[in-house]
Amino acid sequence: MSDLNTAMTERYRNSFLMEVEANVEEGEWVKMCMQCGVCAGSCPLGNAWEHTPQKLFMMIRAGKREAVLSSDAMWMCTSCYNCIARCPRGLPITHIMHGLAHYAKRLGLVPKNQPTQQFSQIFWDNLMKKGRVNELKLGLSMYFKDGFGQGIKNAMANKQLGQNMMKAKRMNAMEFFGGHGIKDTSGLQKMIKKAQEIEDAKYQGNS
Amino acid sequence: MTEVIATNQTILVVGGGISGLTAALEAAETGKQVVLVEKRPYVGGRVTQLYKYFPKLCYPTCGLEINQRRAKMNPNLTILTMAEVTDIQGEAGNYTASVKISPRYVNDNCTGCGDCAKAVSAEFDDEYNYGLGKRKGAYLPHRMAHPQRYVIDPAILGTEDAEKAKTACKAGAVDLDMQEETVSFKAGAVVWATGWQPYDANKIQPYGYDRFQNVITNVEFERMADPNGPTGGKIVRPSDGEVAKNIAFIQCAGSRDKNHLLHCSRICCMATLKQTHYVQEALGDEGKSTIYYIDIRAIDRFEDFYQTVRENPNVSFIKSKVASITQNRENSNPVLNGVDTEGYHRYANEHDLVVLAVGMQPSVDKSSFPVDIVINEEGFIEPATENGGIFAAGCSSDALDVNRAVQQATGAALRAIQVVNRVAGTEG
Ligand SMILES: Cc1cc2nc3c(=O)[nH]c(=O)nc-3n(C[C@H](O)[C@H](O)[C@H](O)COP(=O)(O)OP(=O)(O)OC[C@H]3O[C@@H](n4cnc5c(N)ncnc54)[C@H](O)[C@@H]3O)c2cc1C
Ligand code: SF4
Ligand code: SF4
Ligand code: SF4
Ligand code: SF4
Repeated sequence: MSDLNTAMTERYRNSFLMEVEANVEEGEWVKMCMQCGVCAGSCPLGNAWEHTPQKLFMMIRAGKREAVLSSDAMWMCTSCYNCIARCPRGLPITHIMHGLAHYAKRLGLVPKNQPTQQFSQIFWDNLMKKGRVNELKLGLSMYFKDGFGQGIKNAMANKQLGQNMMKAKRMNAMEFFGGHGIKDTSGLQKMIKKAQEIEDAKYQGNS
Repeated sequence: MTEVIATNQTILVVGGGISGLTAALEAAETGKQVVLVEKRPYVGGRVTQLYKYFPKLCYPTCGLEINQRRAKMNPNLTILTMAEVTDIQGEAGNYTASVKISPRYVNDNCTGCGDCAKAVSAEFDDEYNYGLGKRKGAYLPHRMAHPQRYVIDPAILGTEDAEKAKTACKAGAVDLDMQEETVSFKAGAVVWATGWQPYDANKIQPYGYDRFQNVITNVEFERMADPNGPTGGKIVRPSDGEVAKNIAFIQCAGSRDKNHLLHCSRICCMATLKQTHYVQEALGDEGKSTIYYIDIRAIDRFEDFYQTVRENPNVSFIKSKVASITQNRENSNPVLNGVDTEGYHRYANEHDLVVLAVGMQPSVDKSSFPVDIVINEEGFIEPATENGGIFAAGCSSDALDVNRAVQQATGAALRAIQVVNRVAGTEG
């Protein structure tokens, strides 16, 4: 567990809701939920949820910090926006889901091997290298994330897809060697680093 | 020609529902001159379309009859039906109103014998029954209509039916040459009582009111439960006319919702609780009601009424706002989908019939309101000094049940009387 997590637990000991309001994107909306259930019933994930948005919001209010932050529920959201369109109270539910996922990640509480989280990390690392997403490497990293043997199996299973993409010029095998990028990669990296510092400072200030 | 004699000491009441009627009668009975302008061919408004009243489960006709008798006996009250205010100019103590009166094609010789209706054949959707039944082109809007005067639908003009109606009438009451007229007259104060309309269920897309026949609204259900209504009091499925035994009620359909009406319509929880009594009355233990709700708002003294329904084993409560309705293609049963807040269980429940407890949308049209007036974000008229001598009564001012609407209307009448009394003081 991270230091930040310990600091946050100390600081908001009595109120997880306050912690969410201060640290989670759009978290100040959670208290507006009237527990009607429309979001839960409208979400296409149906039974695949560990906790629906409605339930997560109630858990936040009930102070179930561990259960919420280490849940994989918010990582499952597909951003379909059904819930936002229908919520009678106008809660930006999708954004709160992503906010919770982001916060859990920052605190180091994401469940191990959570695939959405893994993909997001791979995507981010890939993007940061050249300032552009290298589709080929991104695909390969995903295939091989669970080891070499599984990677080969995954790659074989999706062979046709890969070939079609190359035919349609959506992917280029030469990208494997370096690949194209933006003009000023180090400029981008500096910019992102600065942004990260600002964000870190914000969380430190809140803790 | 219609003649209206009025002065700056006259009170104009717009809308002749239970609220407008009350305000008009209360003012007229203190000796004030009152002109009541009603859009429909009869007074009483939406309560005439209810089967029974909560909380006493008595008949609305009872109270309406008393009011109609009071109206008949009072020489100070002029009632204009099929009339609408098109313009109001001036200020408190000195308004001039213009009123458009649509032709009824039946004059006051009408005895209500009904011969004209028997003579004609074309049929139209019956607006009194929210389109659930048909009426003729010469008709009495409903059994207890006041005035008891028939109406000829302009759609039959120039057809054989019009001539048939005219020939059938022995009282010489049918006048096919009647024209629309506009009258203007003075008024010192105005009581605005145009009431409410059911929220348009077609706008609640996930509930499929426009797609599924067995999804109806609470106002339609009132007509269905009424033995004098279009189904003779039978609770049936519109898709096949079969008796509906397993009925779902969906609360807050279009209320408390930022995509629809912002406000709690306040009466629809009580209306649904009342309607479970209709189910019990019509079907006994065969009839099952299920209420899907966010929370039950049986305001102030109605808690007892709620508890009685709670104790009925034929009524169940599910704490959940239904997310969507789909349809079982085989039997046209609506299927309600959602998640139950008490336990977070997902459900897909099939019912014979679904009643949407739609809310009250104020019938105050901001864009075409004849004068500047303060209207709140929910669409009701605010009690503001800027409104001058115009006072809202009943559901123009808020979502109210009959009891509260009537109390509020009496208050509005008093305000209006104060204004015309001031005028009387200066005019001497
Ligand atoms: C399903 C349902 C069931 C209900 N059951 C009950 C119950 O059991 N008990 C209870 O206490 N309450 C009940 N209510 C509430 C009740 O219907 C209202 O309290 C009542 O109708 C309010 O009367 P009103 O005069 O303010 O409005 P309305 O009844 O709407 O009357 C307004 C009148 O103004 C007229 N009008 C509109 N616009 C104009 C215009 N521009 N010019 C001239 N005239 C105009 C209309 O034609 C109408 O006659 C129920 C409501 C619903 C939806
Ligand atoms: S739809 Fe909105 S108000 Fe209803 S439970 Fe979901 S978040 Fe809460
Ligand atoms: S946006 Fe996410 S939480 Fe909302 S309905 Fe879609 S998948 Fe479910
Ligand atoms: S219009 Fe004539 S025929 Fe029709 S109900 Fe009136 S009196 Fe009878
Ligand atoms: S009265 Fe009941 S059904 Fe109507 S809007 Fe309020 S809570 Fe919803």
